[in-house]
Amino acid sequence: MSATGDNRERGGGEPILDVRDLRVWYGTGGDPVRAVDGVSFSIGAGETLGLVGESGCGKSTLGRGVIGLLPDAAAVAGSVRYRGRELAGLPVKEMRELRGPELGLIFQEPMTRLDPLQTIEAHFRETLRTHRPDLDDDEVRRRSLETLAGMGIPRTRFGQYPHEFSGGMRQRIMIALALVLEPKVLIADEPTTALDVIVEAQILGILADLRRNFDTAILLITHNLGIVAEACDRVAVMYAGEIAEEGDAREVFAEPAHPYTRELLRSTISLETTGLNYIPGAPPSLIDPPPACRFHPRCPNAMRVCAERHPIEVRTKAGQRVSCWLHGPEEQIPEGGREPLEREELLEAEEA
Amino acid sequence: MNETAGQPSAEPSAENVLEVRDLHTTYSVRGSFFDRLRGRESGSVRAVDGVSLDLRRGEVLGLVGESGSGKTTLGRTLLGLVEATSGSIRLEGEELTGRGEADLRPLRRRMQIVFQDPHASLNPAMTIGALVADPLRFHKLVSDREELRARASEALERVGLAPASEFLDKFPADLSGGQKQRAVLARAIILGPDVLVADEPVSMLDMSVRAKILELMLELKDELDLTYIYITHDLATAKFFCDRIAIMYLGQVVELGPAADIYERPHHPYTAALLRAIPEPDPRRAVPRDLPRGEVPDAVVPPLGCPFHPRCPKAFEVCGWESRDLRTLLEDRWTRLSQDDYERERAGVGNLDVLDVPSVDTILPAPDGGTGEQPAEVLAAMRADAADDPFWSGVAATEVTDAGVRVRFHEPRVPRDLSVDRSVVRCHLHDPEALAAAEEIRSERDRD
Amino acid sequence: MRQRRLSRFLGPIRESTGVSRWIFWIGVAIVAFFVILAVFAPLLAPYGFDQVSADGVRFPKQGSPDGTHPFGTTVGNYDVLSRVIWGARTAIEVVVLAVVFSLVIGVPLGLFSGYVGGRADRVLVLIMDALFAFPYILLAIVIAFLLSDKLGQGVVTAAIAITAVYVPQYFRVVRNHVISVREEPYVDAARALGAPRRTIVSRYVLQNVIQSVPALATLNAADAILTLAALGFLGYGIQPTDAAEWGYDLQRAIDDAGAGIWWTGLYPGLAIVLLVTGFTLLGEGLNDVINPLIRARSTAKPEIEEQPGGEGEAAILSMDPPRGGEEPRGP
Repeated sequence: MSATGDNRERGGGEPILDVRDLRVWYGTGGDPVRAVDGVSFSIGAGETLGLVGESGCGKSTLGRGVIGLLPDAAAVAGSVRYRGRELAGLPVKEMRELRGPELGLIFQEPMTRLDPLQTIEAHFRETLRTHRPDLDDDEVRRRSLETLAGMGIPRTRFGQYPHEFSGGMRQRIMIALALVLEPKVLIADEPTTALDVIVEAQILGILADLRRNFDTAILLITHNLGIVAEACDRVAVMYAGEIAEEGDAREVFAEPAHPYTRELLRSTISLETTGLNYIPGAPPSLIDPPPACRFHPRCPNAMRVCAERHPIEVRTKAGQRVSCWLHGPEEQIPEGGREPLEREELLEAEEA
Repeated sequence: MNETAGQPSAEPSAENVLEVRDLHTTYSVRGSFFDRLRGRESGSVRAVDGVSLDLRRGEVLGLVGESGSGKTTLGRTLLGLVEATSGSIRLEGEELTGRGEADLRPLRRRMQIVFQDPHASLNPAMTIGALVADPLRFHKLVSDREELRARASEALERVGLAPASEFLDKFPADLSGGQKQRAVLARAIILGPDVLVADEPVSMLDMSVRAKILELMLELKDELDLTYIYITHDLATAKFFCDRIAIMYLGQVVELGPAADIYERPHHPYTAALLRAIPEPDPRRAVPRDLPRGEVPDAVVPPLGCPFHPRCPKAFEVCGWESRDLRTLLEDRWTRLSQDDYERERAGVGNLDVLDVPSVDTILPAPDGGTGEQPAEVLAAMRADAADDPFWSGVAATEVTDAGVRVRFHEPRVPRDLSVDRSVVRCHLHDPEALAAAEEIRSERDRD
Repeated sequence: MRQRRLSRFLGPIRESTGVSRWIFWIGVAIVAFFVILAVFAPLLAPYGFDQVSADGVRFPKQGSPDGTHPFGTTVGNYDVLSRVIWGARTAIEVVVLAVVFSLVIGVPLGLFSGYVGGRADRVLVLIMDALFAFPYILLAIVIAFLLSDKLGQGVVTAAIAITAVYVPQYFRVVRNHVISVREEPYVDAARALGAPRRTIVSRYVLQNVIQSVPALATLNAADAILTLAALGFLGYGIQPTDAAEWGYDLQRAIDDAGAGIWWTGLYPGLAIVLLVTGFTLLGEGLNDVINPLIRARSTAKPEIEEQPGGEGEAAILSMDPPRGGEEPRGP
């Protein structure tokens, strides 16, 4: 695959996190849910990769799959390499030791991740004692306070309980808890979705400082294209368990190569919006996704080949990885494959 | 309420469908379990705090604000789902407040609401056909089974759920999010209302289908002569969707004006801050840095003066500076000090809890056994490091006493509604009296 | 529409798998067996429940099982088989009546209390909690004793005594459920649409609350069988002249056990155990099947098959199947 080279050029070294052909399927009793179905990407040190997609496209599962936090009913295949070490198939205990000091996590709803009966101080003490038993009490306290202060939490509130803080403060505390262990990779799953727009911008500012000051690699999972545009170096667009397009954020937004990316950008309502656009139909079920290209039933550019063969990933001139027959490879498209796909008109009722 | 200039006029007007005057909705809060255990007092939240606005026939009025701004409570109060504490709501001249549930029922035909979560607003135990037609039964307009079905079909097809026969006998769980919101809209229009309050109607839907529902709502508005109140936290959809926009903050409308003006020339610093904070899918933009500090304050004890002043970059002498602002500023400073510097400075002041009582005449206390000189030094250091913080404009005088440094602030002024261009703004920056008062303070200070 | 409703109810039963499905169907079979006994008791039982002779011949006293009396006879010359079959009729009658009474009283009270709230709710909760705190058998005995003057010691009295024990349970479950449903946006939506309170309660609240009742009722039925037997055993139940009742028979059989006469106690005892088990299995099965929160999800990991996913040559498929079919399905 062509993707690996990308970061070496950019990050100037080995990618810190390298995911190859990852699949995560959930058992349901019937047919499995193919939440993540053959996804590859990599992140270098100090780099932020935005993972965008609509709800139910598998982006959260992908984040959890990377750090091995999946329910029992999930089957995983493929490879996740962290600094050259294979994480897929690692025993639960070893994985648990890596989570925190090496792979940090931030979730959407901070309140559910904080213990309401423990002070913020106790949270930090426990985290540091578990992963850094070598530190003495003074050092634990010093590190905790400095990390918290760095997130803008008043030092006088160190002894307070989670419910005494506002939503934005709790998210800052969660980030501080992740950062106090100085992880090399931070996975942030919709870290600002529950927050107000001004606080959201504050948190994004904090994340931006992180990668500059600590060289942290960040996987930022979000449904908000605006956040990706402002906070990420590269972006991967997910659709129905697969990555449709991946590349430099500026390039992807300026010249989206995949029709899904283009239509998603067009349908996003921003301050610049002057007319309403939308993608016909609804995101597909991951139990029985459309054959061949999963986007072809909704794609305005669908060709005959799109309904018949799964697209092959290619690299565009601008450097994006894209899985779409519009970009070839030409030799794989059978004769007549470029003819427009004839479809039945989508009933309005079938749309979302 | 100040009856200054501005849109809300005392005279009822024929073109106004809905007229809201000085509306208040107050909730009593019982506090969390922990608060009650520790004997903390309960208080009341002024969720809607003196709102006046007119809804003109055929327009889309946006109520925009962050969580806790009172926009949802305002919408629910307008519909009588929450009782107004005081004030007046007139629907085409008929007063809605103070009516009992039974009295309100006939008026409900004329005003409808669409909630944020389409899934939760549909009774899971009923079929779509029964749900959509149910309002007709509530008001005893139709009782014949066949006709109910026919009317439901008509409404469903009108919102794009066609052919209706495919949906009539389905249960809500069988529909996608967008389809459910369409069914909610079908149910809302079946009584032929005049006004539709839409509370975040698309924020739970996928990005690729949001535009579709908004488009449908615009179509319905034209076809059925509806007037909308669109409640949202999303300034981007509001810009596209609304004719006029009311920006809400801590229960008050701080700015109300034509949508175009709000976005091009925001008059209130809060509106400007909200606009700057929206993440735009434009990679040339970086994360904005010059944002208001902190978060929306506790509505149980709102700030003195203007509710936005603690976060406002443009706040000045009379905006309502007080004791709690001093604490916030001090603690914010401490987050930037090294641990040693912090500890040294912390030792120079006593218990900060005295600052939590809102007051314009307060004391930064000396530590136990210390002198008033110690907190005075801390205050001086604060001022030296952040001399241009708007907070200092609010400090009228400081005086070293035995107990600590006494800090007095200028008398707060409560902002009033002012007409600026085509908007109404509740901000001292546009109030000649407030500006004059500040000018006087400055010249007096310069004289000294 | 009615058909859809039924299939919506039966759907989860059909979809359920493994243990809960077995539990449910075994419960159904046992309960159905006793219901058949109850309904067709006059046809199935060889003799009447208080019959001590046939064709002028008096039954033997404590006669051991033989051809004419397969389960033997009791100390009162009754035929044990007939008593057991007629006892099923009594048990089912009492249980059905008690469940109906409890539902008719407990559900509306719970609905009212939960939806209206306020002072009425507090008072009702207090009363129900007081009843609940009372030892249930004592409560049943007191009620049965109080009613015996007016209604006599028959099926209805026993049913009412048992009802008093179970009403607080229905009340609690329904009230708590109503309180959570009351806050649902769809109830607000109905209010905003101008629904009268009556309609909101019956069409919007009740319909969503009632789902938790069948499982509760079935489990209570199992309990009710035991309470009925206990009442009979203690002598506060149904008069032996009114109907056959297993608890009473058990009590009469106590002395026999020491004398090696096992059949008089075994068969009524077995009937009680079997029917209680049947109702319990049915109730647990319903609980698992209807309540998706309790239902154990299938946690089997799926097999991940190698399939086209953008990996070079693997992505090439034959052009022949136009649509679908080429993606291998999981088992």
